Amino acid sequence: MSTLNFLLRTRGRQSLDWTDVLSYAYLVIGLFTMFAPVVWLVMSSFKTEAAISQFPPSFLPYAQKTVMVEGHAKPLPLFLVKREDGSQKEMAQVNRIGIMANMIDPAAPEQRLQVNIRQREPVNEMKFAWNNYTDLFGKFTFGTYLWNSVFITVVATLLTLLINSMAAFALSKYKFKGQKSVFLLIIATLMIPPTIILVPVFLVINEVGLLNSLWGVILPAVATPTGVFLLRQYMLTIPDELIEAARMDHASEWRIYWRIVLPLSAPALAVLAIFSVMWRWNDFLLPLIVLSKNEFFTLQLALNSFQGELNTQWHYLLAMTVITLLPVTLVFAFLQRYITTGIAGAGVK
Amino acid sequence: MPFTRPFTGAENFVILFQCDNYLDLSTCRKDIFWRAVFNTLKFSLIQVGLMVLLSLATALVLNRKIIGRGFWRGVFFYPVLLSPVVVALIWKWLLQSQGAFNAGLVAWGSAPIEWLTDSGWAFFWTVFVSIWAHMGFYTLILLAGLQAIPKDLYEAAEMDRASPWRTLTRITLPLLMPNLIVVLVLAAIRAVQVFDEVFVLTGGGPGSATTFIVQFIYQTGFAEQIHLYGLAAAASLALAFFLIILTLAQLRLTRASEAGQKVR
Repeated sequence: MSTLNFLLRTRGRQSLDWTDVLSYAYLVIGLFTMFAPVVWLVMSSFKTEAAISQFPPSFLPYAQKTVMVEGHAKPLPLFLVKREDGSQKEMAQVNRIGIMANMIDPAAPEQRLQVNIRQREPVNEMKFAWNNYTDLFGKFTFGTYLWNSVFITVVATLLTLLINSMAAFALSKYKFKGQKSVFLLIIATLMIPPTIILVPVFLVINEVGLLNSLWGVILPAVATPTGVFLLRQYMLTIPDELIEAARMDHASEWRIYWRIVLPLSAPALAVLAIFSVMWRWNDFLLPLIVLSKNEFFTLQLALNSFQGELNTQWHYLLAMTVITLLPVTLVFAFLQRYITTGIAGAGVK
Repeated sequence: MPFTRPFTGAENFVILFQCDNYLDLSTCRKDIFWRAVFNTLKFSLIQVGLMVLLSLATALVLNRKIIGRGFWRGVFFYPVLLSPVVVALIWKWLLQSQGAFNAGLVAWGSAPIEWLTDSGWAFFWTVFVSIWAHMGFYTLILLAGLQAIPKDLYEAAEMDRASPWRTLTRITLPLLMPNLIVVLVLAAIRAVQVFDEVFVLTGGGPGSATTFIVQFIYQTGFAEQIHLYGLAAAASLALAFFLIILTLAQLRLTRASEAGQKVR
């Protein structure tokens, strides 16, 4: 008991209060609610096609054991056969006719035995069906979807960083007429959610000829008011003396921006880059209306069209879902603190 | 080209808003629009209320002296980063007729439930899944607010032997009010525009039980055989009207709460 007390006591208090117990109970329930669905998804994605349609489902991925038998080209499924004398034996099934199955003993493949299918049970072993993942790259145009998503995410993030930082530089380091109103105008577009201007945005993209082109997804959202705001607020803290000193040394305005202001804004740029990667990787509505041809689908669109099919191939769909959530999970695992403080600071997502 | 789309005045609004009998929405010309509007209102009211309560509770728990606060904060925040499609597929996989939930029910001894094709349950799950996916974001805002409350206030309250409940209602909640308003309005603005998770999870069904305004816009403007851009844009303006009201409400509330704090 004393070790438990030592582990659980908090500073200033001897042991756990009932409110502490309640808090931890809440947190554990939260942990389960938030993570169990994801864990279930990941475990399910390793099940074979046969195991995935099993009901009730198991948590761990099980698959039927198979053996290679001489004289048979394909591996045969193993069953546990109950014999008349009550003993049990593992046998491989050659084929099945009606309710009778032709079984052979893997050790002595010459002898065939007819067994009623009710007297045999499949032999299962834990097996991770990695081919759910490897098949994706061979069987489907999954590589194309992945490439489209990566291309959009990377190019759009680079463009977002460049354009937003240039706007923020002008708004924070230059004094000109109407500076404040330009800034307010940019911030005001925060009030217009993308769902409202869906139709006009689509018509413009159509008119420009970017329908069914990756650029049609990248360009419309490259300039974000959030990014301009975030970067401007940060650049305001960079002392003007640095820029004046650079001007004394005959640095060009571009050089000041590129060599002084940008490197000094690295923390804010990193936050915006993380945001932008998240936005672009997870974006759904804009790609949905702009990209209607299969070869331009992003991962999100591919997942959506895949799950809408009549016979959903869940084993592939789940593997695809896991691949889609993998980069976000990795980013989260390593950059959690930056993301959470960035969001708490800017109040945006 | 713009000139191939003639100006039609208020025709699209007439199509949207014309009903033979305004008490019976099935007599409207676009009854699906009205159903979407009512679904959206119902969804927003329930979802925002639960969202604020749950994220407040979570933030209060996370603000206590707990071991591994960073880890727990991450736990609640993780789903926020998942894409709506992934969120919907995770839950669709759990809720499908042969999924984990039904396996649990069968093991329990009761009959399986068609979670996503029963209209009541489908609506419940759209609310649940959207809260699951976004709660961490609002929790974070509230947590930042809680941490900004000066510690000496709580010390003073402890000196005065104030009960925890009294401390909560007299110190924490009033000082958290600005953040609560932000959360309330942001959640409402988001809830009114709900689309992607629900679109993948239920497709708006069964029937039109989970069809919301943005899905109506998407379907009239982009998904159906004939793209009715004008009608979709008119519905967008109706949505914009909602959002303007919400934004004005935010401004009013913020001003009122600031004025209240000055008095105190």
